[in-house]
Amino acid sequence: VKEPQTQRRGRLKVFLSYAAGAGKTFRMLEEVQELKKQGADIVVGYFEPHGRKDTIEKTEGLEIIPRRTIEYRGCAFEEMDTEAILRRAPKICAVDEFPHTNVPGAERSKRWEDVMVLLDAGIDVMTTMNLQHLESLNDEVWQISGIRVRETVPDWVIKQADEVVMVDVTPEALINRLRRGVVYAPDKASRALENFFKEQTLTALRELALRQAAHELDVRLKDERPADRILIHITDEPTAAMLLRRGRRVADYLRAECFAIYVSPRPELSDLPQSTRESVERHLNFARNLHIETRILHGQNAAETLVDFAHRHQITQIFLTRSHGTHFKVVPARTLVSQVLRLAQDIQVTVVAERKKQTGFSDVLAG
Amino acid sequence: MDVELRRDPERLLEQIEEEERRKKRGRLKIFLGYASGVGKSAKMLAEGLRRRERGEDVVVGAIQPKSSPEIERLVSQYEIIPTLKIRDRDVIDIERLLRRHPQVVVIDGLAYTNPPGSRQAERWQEIEELLRSGISVITSVNLYYIRELQDEAAAITGKRPPETVPLEFLKNADDIEVVDAPAQESLSKLREMALLVAAEVVENELRCYLHAHCIEEIWGTQERILVGITPRSDARPILESGRRNADRFHGELVAAYVRQSNLSPEDESALENNLAIAREIGATIKVLEGERDPAKALVTFARETGITQIFIGHSMRKGWWQQFRGNPVDRIIDLAEGIDVRVFPQRTGA
Repeated sequence: VKEPQTQRRGRLKVFLSYAAGAGKTFRMLEEVQELKKQGADIVVGYFEPHGRKDTIEKTEGLEIIPRRTIEYRGCAFEEMDTEAILRRAPKICAVDEFPHTNVPGAERSKRWEDVMVLLDAGIDVMTTMNLQHLESLNDEVWQISGIRVRETVPDWVIKQADEVVMVDVTPEALINRLRRGVVYAPDKASRALENFFKEQTLTALRELALRQAAHELDVRLKDERPADRILIHITDEPTAAMLLRRGRRVADYLRAECFAIYVSPRPELSDLPQSTRESVERHLNFARNLHIETRILHGQNAAETLVDFAHRHQITQIFLTRSHGTHFKVVPARTLVSQVLRLAQDIQVTVVAERKKQTGFSDVLAG
Repeated sequence: MDVELRRDPERLLEQIEEEERRKKRGRLKIFLGYASGVGKSAKMLAEGLRRRERGEDVVVGAIQPKSSPEIERLVSQYEIIPTLKIRDRDVIDIERLLRRHPQVVVIDGLAYTNPPGSRQAERWQEIEELLRSGISVITSVNLYYIRELQDEAAAITGKRPPETVPLEFLKNADDIEVVDAPAQESLSKLREMALLVAAEVVENELRCYLHAHCIEEIWGTQERILVGITPRSDARPILESGRRNADRFHGELVAAYVRQSNLSPEDESALENNLAIAREIGATIKVLEGERDPAKALVTFARETGITQIFIGHSMRKGWWQQFRGNPVDRIIDLAEGIDVRVFPQRTGA
C-alpha cells in the first residue's frame, strides 16, 4: 500500500484497440515524438518492438529506459525497470502493453500496477491496450474467439484513465498487414491467421471494442449519484467468476453500487472443506480486484440470508446463477433461484446465464 | 449455441445473386470523425495512395477547399479529376469520372449539397451512382452531418450545417473507420456517438458476412432486451427499466406478448394498455404465436433474435400462464440458456 501522496498524481492516457497490429504503439510513439519536438521531458519506459520496422523507426531519437533482467527458473526475462524510471523522474513516460504480466520475482505482478506507481509519483503515463484484456469482457471475448484471455486488467483501472483514444482499423487492413509480415514473423503470422485473426472474429471483436470505447467515454461524462445497488451472490462454483464479471459490467453501465456476498454454512470459513474454502477465497479476491465490496455472511439457508441482507441494505437488484454452491446440496438444483424469487418479491432478481462459446465464429467457418 | 447450415435452393440462389450484385458494385469506405481537424482527410488520402501502390487505379474526385500543407502534399501525388463549376460552386464531374472509370475515387467531404442544376442534389447520391457503376469510393465525413444525429450533435456543438447525409447510407458502407483523438470533455459525447455509429456499421457487416455464409443465430455484441408482456403484468416499471437499461447499454428494446385466445374484455383492454406503454417508450413490439407453451414461445423468439436479457414480471407466476406448464417464470429461467432473466417486482394484486 502506497503512502498518500501530497503531490499531483500523473495523468493516464490509454490508446485502445482490438488486436495486435492495429497501430496503437505507432500512434503512441508518434505522439511521443510530437511532444518531444515541443520540448517535453518524455521517455519511453517500455517498448515492445515485435520486429516491426515502421514502429521501431518511430523510436528514433527517443530516450528509452533500459529494461531490467529478472532471473526465473534459470532463464533471463526482461521487464520494465520501474525504479529506474522513478529515479529518472521524467514528466511523461510511454509504456507499451499495459495488460502485461510480469515474471515472478518482479516487485509487482502486473505492468498496470507498475504504471500506478509511476502515476503516484506524479509522472504522466501513456500506454497501449487491446480491449479484450478488460476483465469484464472476458466471457464475451471467449464467446467470440474461443480464447480465454489470461492477462486481464480490472475495469476500474481503465476508468482511472484521464484520456482514452480508440485506434481503429478495419479487419481487412489488419489481415493485409499480417499477410505482409508487418505484425508478426511469418510462422507466427500464419498461425494467427488461422486462429484469432479470422475476419469474422476480428469484426466481432472490433464491434465489442468500439462499444466499450464509447462506454469508456460515457462514464467520464456523467457523475450521477448511483440509484441502483446490485448484490451478487457468489458460491464456490466456477460460474462465480462469470457472474461477478457480468454483475460488475451491468453495475458500470447503470452506474450502480456493487456488493458480493458469500453465504457460509459455517461461522468460520476455516471450518469449510479446504477445496471449498479455496474456491470461495479466490472468488472473493476476484471480486475485490474488480472493486466490488465483499461480505461473508453466516446462514443455513442461502436464500433467506441473501434476501435479508438485501432488505437491510436497500439492494435494488440481486444477481445469481442457477448453481447454488456445493454446500447447499440439500436443496435440489434451481430452488435457490425459486426461493429468492419467492422471498424477494420487492427486488429485481437477475438470473445470469452461463455464456456459451459461439461456435460459428471459430469452428464452423474453419471447415 | 447450435449453428445450422441451411442449404435450401431458394436461399442459395438468392445468395448467388446477392454476391453477383456485390461483386459488380464498387466498395464504399468511410472515414468517420467527430469533428474537423482530427485527421480524416489525411488518413483517407494515405489509404488511396497505399491502394495505388498495390496496383489499383486511384483518382481524386473532390477535395476540400481549405487544406493544410500536409493534405496538399498528399493530394499532389494524385491524378485529380477537376470539379465542375456550377453557380460558382464545385460539383464532382460524374460523367467524366464514369468515362475515365478508375477502380477507386477519393472524395473528401461526403456531406455536400450541390447547387440547383447539378446532376444529383446531394453528393452521397453521386457516390451511390459511382458505386453502382462498379467504381469504389473512399470518402470522409463528420459526425454532425449525419441527419439522424443532428439534434444531439447540434446541442453540443451549437452548429447545424444545412448539408446532411442519411445514417442509412453510412450503415450500408462496406468499411468504416473511426478517426478518434482526445478532445476537451465537452466533445466526448460526439466521440462516443461516432464510435457507436461505427459499431453499428460493423455489426451490420458482421451480419452480412454471416448471412452470406449461411450462418444464423449469431449476433454481434450489442445488448438486446426483451420485455415479456401479459395482460395482467404491471408493465410500466418493467418497460421503463428496459428503456433505461437499453439506453445505458446503447442497445435495443423489444416488447413481446404471446397471443391468447378467449381474452376477457378486461384482459383485452389491460393488454392494449400495456402495449400502448410499450409503444410510448419506443419498444419494438412483437406478437408471438405459441399459446400452448408461452414460455417456450418467448424464449425461442429471444434466441432467434439475439436477445441478451429477458425482463419479466413476478406476476407471471400467477394467472393465465400458470395453467399451462407450471410456473412460467421458473420455466423461462430454465429454458433461457445463455440469456439473462431479470424478474421484476409487481404491485400486489397485479
